[in-house]
Amino acid sequence: MRYLPLTDVDRSAMLGDIGAPSIEDLFRDVPVAARRARLFDLPLHAGELEVERHLSALAARNIAAGSVPSFLGAGAYRHHVPAAVDHLIQRSEFLTSYTPYQPEISQGTLQYLFEFQTQVATITGMDVANASMYDGSTACAEAVLMAGRVTKRRRIVLSGGLHPHYRDVVKTMTGSAGFTVDVAAADVFGEEDLAASIDKTTACVVVQYPSFFGHVRDYATLSAQCRDNGALLIVAVTEIVSLGALKPPGDMGADIVVAEGQSLGNGLNFGGPYLGLFTACTQYVRQMPGRLCGETVDADGKRGYVLTLSTREQHIRREKATSNICTNSGLCALAFCIHLTLLGGDGFGKLAAINHANAVMLADRLSGVKGVSVINRTFFNEFTVRLRSPAAPIVETLAARRILAGVPISRVYPERADLADLLLVAATEVTTTADMEALVGGLKEGV
Amino acid sequence: MAMSRDGRPTIPRNSSVAGMPAPTFTGHRGLQLEEPLIFEQGQPGRSGVDLPDPPKVEHRMGTSVRTRPIELPGLAEPQVVRHFVRLSQKNYSIDANLYPLGSCTMKHNPRLNEKMARLPGFGDIHPLQPITTVQGALALIDEVAHWLKTLSGMPAVAMSPGAGAHGELCGLMAIRAAHVARGDARRRVLVPDSAHGTNPATAALCNYEVDGVPANKRGRIDLAALKAKLGGDVAAIMLTNPNTCGLFEDQILEVADAIHGVGGFFYCDGANFNALVGRVRPGDLGIDTMHINLHKTFSTPHGGGGPGAGPVVFSAPLAPFAPLPYVVHGPDGFALKEHDGGQAFGRLKAFHGQMGMFVRALAYMRSHGADGLRQVAEDAVLAANYILAGMRGVIDPTYPGPCMHEVMFDDSSFKSSGVTTLDIAKALIDEGFHPMTIYFPLIVHGAMLIEPTETESKESLDLFIGALRALITRAKARDSAGFQAAPRFAPVRRLDETRAARQPVLRWSPPQPKQAAE
Repeated sequence: MRYLPLTDVDRSAMLGDIGAPSIEDLFRDVPVAARRARLFDLPLHAGELEVERHLSALAARNIAAGSVPSFLGAGAYRHHVPAAVDHLIQRSEFLTSYTPYQPEISQGTLQYLFEFQTQVATITGMDVANASMYDGSTACAEAVLMAGRVTKRRRIVLSGGLHPHYRDVVKTMTGSAGFTVDVAAADVFGEEDLAASIDKTTACVVVQYPSFFGHVRDYATLSAQCRDNGALLIVAVTEIVSLGALKPPGDMGADIVVAEGQSLGNGLNFGGPYLGLFTACTQYVRQMPGRLCGETVDADGKRGYVLTLSTREQHIRREKATSNICTNSGLCALAFCIHLTLLGGDGFGKLAAINHANAVMLADRLSGVKGVSVINRTFFNEFTVRLRSPAAPIVETLAARRILAGVPISRVYPERADLADLLLVAATEVTTTADMEALVGGLKEGV
Repeated sequence: MAMSRDGRPTIPRNSSVAGMPAPTFTGHRGLQLEEPLIFEQGQPGRSGVDLPDPPKVEHRMGTSVRTRPIELPGLAEPQVVRHFVRLSQKNYSIDANLYPLGSCTMKHNPRLNEKMARLPGFGDIHPLQPITTVQGALALIDEVAHWLKTLSGMPAVAMSPGAGAHGELCGLMAIRAAHVARGDARRRVLVPDSAHGTNPATAALCNYEVDGVPANKRGRIDLAALKAKLGGDVAAIMLTNPNTCGLFEDQILEVADAIHGVGGFFYCDGANFNALVGRVRPGDLGIDTMHINLHKTFSTPHGGGGPGAGPVVFSAPLAPFAPLPYVVHGPDGFALKEHDGGQAFGRLKAFHGQMGMFVRALAYMRSHGADGLRQVAEDAVLAANYILAGMRGVIDPTYPGPCMHEVMFDDSSFKSSGVTTLDIAKALIDEGFHPMTIYFPLIVHGAMLIEPTETESKESLDLFIGALRALITRAKARDSAGFQAAPRFAPVRRLDETRAARQPVLRWSPPQPKQAAE
């Protein structure tokens, strides 16, 4: 076994030193009935080549999004990741280290977390960010729980523009904690007004920016309405690249901003691992979930970094902790940090501008297809189109022709037959004119 | 001196070290290169990417266009690469040396796993692609699920939880749903005092009242105390096995019978599954649900604190309540159940789970096979007992052996000398080792929990034993002064955690103008 250094000679010698007659003897506390004498019914060990063949064969049964024209978004976006990112995150010292519990020999991880927190707070326009959560949806649920702690209220309002999966995760994670969840109807046209749903019992309002259907709205008025009622405004961003072109949610008065950070540095990976971003105003920092990295000095007065404010956390506070999270998305945060460092502020803005321009060109082209209409007046790099017939079968047909046309709204709103003709379409910097033409051609024949 | 709740000092004790070399002109020390923050290095006009000018279009972003600049520094690629390489050199890693963090299972991370996860057919597929275009991905998830069910002896598994603590949430939510479904909502969850902090935190998140159960003198759960706490309002017990003292819960069948006897469920924290994999099935121990940390037992890397993956196995009574989405076998191949899950308790994550980790775990499982995994558990347990034996004559384990895959010591033999467990840990750093888990579990004073894993050679274990023997011997000889300066050979010396918490600086800010600084 190539991963196991002990030889049979070693094992015998070690058992001798221990004074145990056999390995079996070391398992003597296990009830006899539960000791399995025989191997389980699973394949036996295999060499690299055989394992690689097996997994490559499975991989070959999937269509990689990058190998075909792809317009999929809805919370996961295909972007170009600079080569240096993947090289750097595979360095042993990043890949094979653990949570930085011993800061003297973890300054590499701690310093990039400090840089990551600064980057995330900067682009969202917020005061402080944590060291990451599992993904955008769990960050969103944690934000709602935090709003409950801050306001001591238990009623929450979810926008109809929130990703339906985020909505479901929030409902699941808050359900057993005694929250009442008001979910607004699907906001296809980006025109919902939540003012009437907010009152003095509201803990928070959760909106998405840009919305699930792609609309870009200014939430400054909503923020004021929340403040008047003592409720918090939580803004969820599923496409973090948008903040290179859009006003930061912090500038609109958001109290908590959560986001999916996958777009920077991280691949699609069939939905995970992804990167939850979590930011808040300074006044709420002690109610935040997750790890926080802070600056300090060492015994020589030299600058250094440690995990801090850990009295919020499960390993100290146990049942009184702000969250149960322990492991987060460290390596994904590193990938994000490196990608954003390579881009810099100017590059991030330019990347966002290219995304938007490509989406505008795609929207204009699709508007020209008979039977296709673009619903959005505003969008960033993703928008909703209405087809003349249900979108799902058309998407299937085009997939068979190796075009990934977008996400049919029916995939996430199966109960809304009236939305079956809608298709969510995204373009990023990797989308080419030829890709757009392929989709236009496919829809001309398909709708 | 500032102390944490568990009696661990949080302010460095002294700041002068006799015999330290004079500072260099650059501040560097040989290969140890100092590195400022990226925010202190940027220059306008620099960038690490070349992007074309955006096509000229009339924007459609309404009134929400960004008007202020994005205050992030510009660095060229060579600077960025150098920055992160220098940072990496300040980190300890399992690739460099033994990493004996108890309950964390820091084992070798095969690079084949990384290579496989980067195949475009896995790494570059979108979670909402048509099902027909991701049959291989669903087959892979199904195969990992099969391995987990077989190894655990349980009939069902939820693949979506993102890490161990997320898996705990999954398990408790299924338990809650099962009780609610039979009109029997319950309010208490029993958690041993030795449990990981995530256990009580998870129970609280599910709105359960946490009721502690003490350990007995043998480091196991006190069965009599447990039975005294049982009642019709107990939803579950959350027990780690092997437990956080590195011991097998030898009365586990009695624990299972007792909790089932009052209609409760048995949650097992599977953080320590490495001791059992391929050898003992949790399903044979009366367990109803357990999370499996793929980043521990199945060696998907820890990545400096994630991403992990925490699939959760279920017994038959809990299986119907597993969350959405899940893979099903359809007439035309695999399908994904994303809606209308019947009794499914809900959804835990935006998409289908940590696919990248599943690929790595399957590469690991296939490489080891049924025979190799059994050897993993045996070698892991052997290595821990070898350390226990190797410390004989210097320090006794807190509880007599055999231990499972990790061994527990404490500070009782040296605390009168003024040396703390923290001192031992910091001195180990100077010896070139990552310290063991310290001050956990909380039930043991000055705990030192050592988990070597199966991927250490005998020579490597011998060197670690030698170093630890020397340190404990010195500690018992009352050489406390010698410990206080440790670590002397790390990139930084002991850090002031009290200052970090009292005056939190959680992000970089531009330097204050001179006036304000004065």
